[in-house]
Amino acid sequence: MIQLENISKTYRTRVGIRRVLENVSLTINHGDRIGVLGPNGAGKSTLVRIIAGAEAPSRGQVHRGMTVSWPLGFVGGFQTSLTGYDNLKFISRIYGKAPQDLFSYVSDFSELGHYLHEPVRIYSSGMRARLAFAISMAIDFDCLIIDEVIAVGDKHFQEKSRNELLKRRGRTMVIITHEMHFIYENCNLVYVVRNGNLHRFEDIHEGIRFHENGFY
Amino acid sequence: MSDLLGSLRVEGRVIYALLMREILTRYGRHNIGFLWLFVEPMIFTVGVASIWTLFHAVHGSSLPIVAFAITGYSSVLLWRNMAFRTIGSIEPNRSLLHHRNIKVFDIYLSRLILELVGATASFLVLSLAFGMLTTSVTWPENLLELIAGWFLLAWFGIALAILMGALSEEYEIVDKLFHPAQYLFVPLSGAAFQVDSLPRFAQELVLYLPTVSGLEIVREGFFGSKFHAHYDVGYVVVVNTIMTFLGFVQLHKIAREVAPE
Repeated sequence: MIQLENISKTYRTRVGIRRVLENVSLTINHGDRIGVLGPNGAGKSTLVRIIAGAEAPSRGQVHRGMTVSWPLGFVGGFQTSLTGYDNLKFISRIYGKAPQDLFSYVSDFSELGHYLHEPVRIYSSGMRARLAFAISMAIDFDCLIIDEVIAVGDKHFQEKSRNELLKRRGRTMVIITHEMHFIYENCNLVYVVRNGNLHRFEDIHEGIRFHENGFY
Repeated sequence: MSDLLGSLRVEGRVIYALLMREILTRYGRHNIGFLWLFVEPMIFTVGVASIWTLFHAVHGSSLPIVAFAITGYSSVLLWRNMAFRTIGSIEPNRSLLHHRNIKVFDIYLSRLILELVGATASFLVLSLAFGMLTTSVTWPENLLELIAGWFLLAWFGIALAILMGALSEEYEIVDKLFHPAQYLFVPLSGAAFQVDSLPRFAQELVLYLPTVSGLEIVREGFFGSKFHAHYDVGYVVVVNTIMTFLGFVQLHKIAREVAPE
């Protein structure tokens, strides 16, 4: 279970203090698949980073009883002068896994072949995303964070990664996307971030309608 | 208790992972690889020692010039490079913070360990090499005192690096000012003179710089009877403690505000 209690988050900007989240709370139970909706810049990613523990709240408490992934398919964390395998080793060490245990899965799933032993610098953006997605799947987190990047690589790989996610439907997931049908098909709870507040919907339809009405 | 052990294990894992990543990124697998860690500072020290020897630089004593240069320049490398490695180091590594276990401090700590090991190893290897090849470097008269001085210098370096690094994330000007400032600081740091040969008023002034005391202790440990040292351990400890405290306060502040990209 993950619990956020009375979380506030402010950022200092040139024009003064900007309040992104104001005294919000939420509970994620094991097996929840949560869709996070809201207009651009509303604070969806901030909320998710606080859930994942990648960012500290300005105020409030976080209790985290499961391991949480980094955003699936996120490629920014790679050291591009190192090989794909070196990057895999780095991430394995961070999470206390043996790189050789993950290697065959990552190599299989990413379909990178001998490129795994080349510097990430020479990879195309699709190849990087494949590597990132494969590593985040290999680590096997309790809770998966999906931030807009379900569209990884080419069509073939997109299908493959969607299937892989479907196989893990039992996992807890926190999903940010603007593809409403994905929320519709996969989530059992929706949170809408708006004006620093968090609106919770158990009825997915209602949540999506609330979100879309916000634009008018 | 098991909680504490658990977090220590995680911390160890993270530091090890960051160290390996840093070593591979900086030195690669080609030619001599991570040996550059020691060779880089060694080249500097040898260069400085040769120049001083050639020009019979005035360092105000009859001490062996090579040993004088080795102690002086190694100490500069120790405190100066640490700050070079922390200033501005968070911004390009922000994406690493997506991994919850990696904290801002871990990025600093891994870099500081690498610098400490590099500078210490080069100091050791150089002293041993010159000790065996020439008669100008002799075995330290008081090894423990030498280590204590080295420790004070390293502590100063670590505190300075954390403070400057954490300040640089908030104020860009720190990065711009540190470069000229350290150039001015190097000749004053004690690397190229000994306090005893300065006029009395200057002695009191230079001892306000903690590196001067640290280095005098290192040299007293090295040369002992041939060297009349001036230092103030209490003062260095106080300055180091204050800087460490301020460094951690500022680090805490930026760690709360920095967001992964």
